[in-house]
Amino acid sequence: MGQDSSRAPLREFRDRDLALKASSAIRKAAAGLQGPVKIMDFCGTHEWTITHYGLRSLMPDNVELVAGPGCPVCVTPGYYVEAAVRLAMDGIRIFTYGDSYRLQGPPETDLPKSLEEARSRGGRVEVVYSVLDAVRMAREDGEESVFLAVGFETTAPATLAPIRAGDAPDNLRFINVHRLTPPITRYVLETHPEAPIRGIIAPGHVSAITGAKAWAFIPEEYGIPTVVAGFEPIDVLLAILEILRQVREGKARLVNEYSRVVSWDGNLEAQRLMGETCDVVDAGWRGIGFVPASGLAFKGEFRRYDALEAYGIPELTPEAWERDLPPGCRCAEVTLGMARPTDCPMFLRACTPESPYGPCMVSSEGTCAIWAKFGGGGLAEEVGRELGVI
Amino acid sequence: MCLGIPGIVVEVKGRMAVVDFGGVRREVDATLERVSPGDHVIVHAGMIISKLSPKEAEETIRVWRELIEAISSGEELGSAR
Repeated sequence: MGQDSSRAPLREFRDRDLALKASSAIRKAAAGLQGPVKIMDFCGTHEWTITHYGLRSLMPDNVELVAGPGCPVCVTPGYYVEAAVRLAMDGIRIFTYGDSYRLQGPPETDLPKSLEEARSRGGRVEVVYSVLDAVRMAREDGEESVFLAVGFETTAPATLAPIRAGDAPDNLRFINVHRLTPPITRYVLETHPEAPIRGIIAPGHVSAITGAKAWAFIPEEYGIPTVVAGFEPIDVLLAILEILRQVREGKARLVNEYSRVVSWDGNLEAQRLMGETCDVVDAGWRGIGFVPASGLAFKGEFRRYDALEAYGIPELTPEAWERDLPPGCRCAEVTLGMARPTDCPMFLRACTPESPYGPCMVSSEGTCAIWAKFGGGGLAEEVGRELGVI
Repeated sequence: MCLGIPGIVVEVKGRMAVVDFGGVRREVDATLERVSPGDHVIVHAGMIISKLSPKEAEETIRVWRELIEAISSGEELGSAR
């Protein structure tokens, strides 16, 4: 990593001295604040940074970091997984990202539970790194294919660019499960006022697309300090420090700590691309509910790429939506920052990364999978020590 | 899922660009940004989602260092409310 010039501008964001100073400043800023000061990291990648670098163990006792709904795989309704599995078993080739490959569909069905299982039972499933791989393969062999397109604003443009450009062939269609993050954040703040969140670390790479401005509503309407942050350990520490300073002052502002990547307006071309190809629609979030204006659906001429429409599979409606989690699974509360993975009786017993039971254990960005890998407490501290941040 | 990998553009080919990730090169979608060789970029799921400004990175660190120093010396924080 040291000689890698592509990371050179980021070296200081892992600087040990600065991390120590930031964590001591965090302690000073938190001193005297009435706890718990609950800070939500929206994004699975932030949760990874926090857990991987042991940042939780650097927090003073009155500061609690909770994970939010920022794992797109975890919130993808099982209904769409089931649809993809069914198509795979009917001989249609399914493309998917590695993360969604192992995601389980609804518990009570005779079908294979996941695309992984579908493949082992003779279904046609290909894991790809990028939609471009799917486009290339579908063009080359002309076979009937469907891409299970999961992801937030960060990922949607990658799916939509080859569609708008006319590069995606007609034999490749899409199950469009892209989801929008500001609406779910609003939903979290509206539905769970009993667990007040006093600061939000807004997702950096979503914000590269939406712009920092997408989060202005949080301080304005909810009075909660909000910081758009990058993904290096120093980025996250600085975001926490800034939130604590604001809590201390009794103020709420939006601060963009990740200005090296994120602008106020975001990527206008990406926003145009989403607007030209899709309508914003109400959409289902696994374990959470049907959230207003939180999903993308193909519109106009681009509807010909809609796999559900092409194969006569009805779209998921609020009436048909179910909670959609296996019995006993507490993913919904974990996703909403209301429970920790260790609060769930299944965690590391009936539900492990090797054999995931609930959706939060599947993706490498699922809160439960991250905690299983690095530990939420003791282990994290060890890692933190190893990296010299404690 | 929203993991972004930093890289440097080495070649632009129409709507696509070749990006070097510390020695590994990959062709990625450059629809969203007008890029030139030498640009630092963030790549997610095979697409450049943003340029990365090394100058802004330095500036961020400089400003925060100052703030942290100020907090350490007790200048910056008032009493808790």
